Amino acid sequence: MTQGKSMTVNAFEDTHETKPVKPQSTATVHRDVRETVGEVRVEDPRIRCTDVNVYYGEKHAIKNISLDVGKGEVLAMIGPSGCGKSTFLRCINRMNDTVSSCRVTGEILLDGEDINGRHIDVVPLRARVSMVFQKPNPFPKSIYENVAFGPKIHGLVQSKAELDEIVEASLRKANLWDEVKDRLDDPGLGLSGGQQQRLCIARSIAIEPEVILMDEPCSALDPISTAKVEQLIDELRQNYSICIVTHSMQQAARVSQRTAYFHLGDLIEIGKTDDLFIKPRHQLTEDYITGRFG
Amino acid sequence: MTNPTSPAAPGQSRGERNFARVQAGMKKRRAAETRFRLYGMIAVGLGLSFLLVLMFSIVSKGYSAFLQTYVRLDVPLLEEVIDPEQTRQLDTLRSADYGALVKQNLRDMFPEVTGRRDKFALYNLVSNGAGFDIRDRVLANPDLIGTTLSIWVAADDDVDMLLKGHIERTGPEADRRIKDNQLAWIDKLNAEGRLEKRFNVAFFSNGDSRDPELSGIRGALMGTIFTLIVTLSLSFPLGVAAAVYLEEFAPKNRWTDLIEVNINNLAAVPSIVFGLLGLAVFINFFELPRSAPLVGGLVLTLMTLPTIIIAGRAALKSVPPSIREAALGIGASPMQAMLYHVLPLALPGMLTGTIIGMAQALGETAPLLMIGMVAFIADVPQGIFDPSTALPVQIYLWADSPERAYVERTSAAIMILLAFLALMNTVAVLLRKRFEQRW
Repeated sequence: MTQGKSMTVNAFEDTHETKPVKPQSTATVHRDVRETVGEVRVEDPRIRCTDVNVYYGEKHAIKNISLDVGKGEVLAMIGPSGCGKSTFLRCINRMNDTVSSCRVTGEILLDGEDINGRHIDVVPLRARVSMVFQKPNPFPKSIYENVAFGPKIHGLVQSKAELDEIVEASLRKANLWDEVKDRLDDPGLGLSGGQQQRLCIARSIAIEPEVILMDEPCSALDPISTAKVEQLIDELRQNYSICIVTHSMQQAARVSQRTAYFHLGDLIEIGKTDDLFIKPRHQLTEDYITGRFG
Repeated sequence: MTNPTSPAAPGQSRGERNFARVQAGMKKRRAAETRFRLYGMIAVGLGLSFLLVLMFSIVSKGYSAFLQTYVRLDVPLLEEVIDPEQTRQLDTLRSADYGALVKQNLRDMFPEVTGRRDKFALYNLVSNGAGFDIRDRVLANPDLIGTTLSIWVAADDDVDMLLKGHIERTGPEADRRIKDNQLAWIDKLNAEGRLEKRFNVAFFSNGDSRDPELSGIRGALMGTIFTLIVTLSLSFPLGVAAAVYLEEFAPKNRWTDLIEVNINNLAAVPSIVFGLLGLAVFINFFELPRSAPLVGGLVLTLMTLPTIIIAGRAALKSVPPSIREAALGIGASPMQAMLYHVLPLALPGMLTGTIIGMAQALGETAPLLMIGMVAFIADVPQGIFDPSTALPVQIYLWADSPERAYVERTSAAIMILLAFLALMNTVAVLLRKRFEQRW
């Protein structure tokens, strides 16, 4: 496993690396098969999902998905639009609770504990599993306030000095400190798109979560900002488990150790990122990554 | 090519033919556009001109109410009338017959007047309030007794109207409010420089009165202010709380749908119905005082609530969901997300709705008629339990009064009402500016 895969900063250079023109197909599983191909389990998982189903009213959006997210790993979720990868991501910190027609069945264990359990409070859960969204959404407040909000509401700090420390540490971890240290009181919305997204990441790591969920964090960013965020994700992997939904296969290849391919609510294939992109075993996966559709 | 549908001329390509057709249609399109713009300008122009006519009519009728004719009297403050026993007791001074002094003074000025009817006509030149003005001066300084006090007192409203040109001097005497002998006296006073138009203090310091020259707007203004304080302090928190609950926390089911429909319907209920409700519930059942700003405020709260709730919900809806998600995504409870992030963003919109509701409440007359705020109340209310009236009701009452002098006072009261409205709106705009944040 090539965990220390080098980060390619330029987004345009590495297309041939991840989309090789293959002389012959490596896929052996037929398109009609819907069982998951590949190893869904890892040793020592942070999150273990078993038979997760999601319904939006009558619509069966996620079908019997089982997968693990390991500690210190980045799991990328790819797939065509509407395949349910975002929906699945939002199950992991129960953001789907806010959608009234949404129903989730199955078991999602965080450190061995069922997050849908009766006694689980969703507020502390989200403090452990925080989320970064597609569009940078800083609060319309100062940069400082943006980062300080989480620690404040969770009561993580006793004093202003402690809070200052957390804000600085979070901004440093998000590689944003040097750019904003002189204007912490400026509005967060005055930053550029990429800076805003890193601010959102800083905001979510300020509460020291165990897992960070990222829902297409770079889709609204330019290539340079994307590269910075990707580099950040790679650094954060040391301390957090990260699930990232992305539309860019190159990005998945660059930042993740494992990749899961979703198709119309099914988890089609999951495996080590290099294996999945170079030797896909399911024909649907191959179709997608070779650009035949999606 | 004039006919756009005619077949292509030989030697003309398809592109050339299409271009020719577009060219031919352009004139029509431009005309339509010009016409449309014209309609808009006509509509705006009509609206503006109506507004101008309205403002002109009100101001031109009402501005004269801010001036009032005063008469200068030199009243000898006779000790035998005011305080024959020389006790200088406050009670004695207060209850003395100062009106008699005024009458005595008038008789002295026109010794030729003898008949009872003529004397009565003479007394009528000066306001009934003249005696009270003298009393106030004496009470403030009892040492004046025995001297001659030179004082400007309000002239009777008929004199005022005559000098402002609203009453004819000519025509059959029987049809005139001012008779020939009175005309002569007035002219004599005028020639002596004893008549003068001065700023009408009474209009701003007095409550209502049967005598136009003594009537003022203060009672109604204070009544309106108390009523609106009650309305605002009840309807804003209730409306915001209801809007927040319905929009952010209530489950979306048949019951909340029903509530939503009913709130929308409530906004369209004629206001007099709220007055009936207030009469039945607040006055007859809870036995709250009649004519009180408290009850008026309660009724107007009922009327204003739907407006605030609807505007509040719209404002909450317009807050981007990403803000809510951002807060929830890092573990804020729904209430924290709402309180720290959603509500501050929605507040400007809610304030706008509140101001629209309050402006409606300010101009509302019908429900106040039902709860007795239409009564003639001369005292200026001191609190929300005192009987009072409100500005629009005062306007209605004065517009209904037969005396000529109430015409200008009606218009003046309308000007006060509009000024109050403008003041409220200004405050609202400033508040909104203060709270506004962009996202």
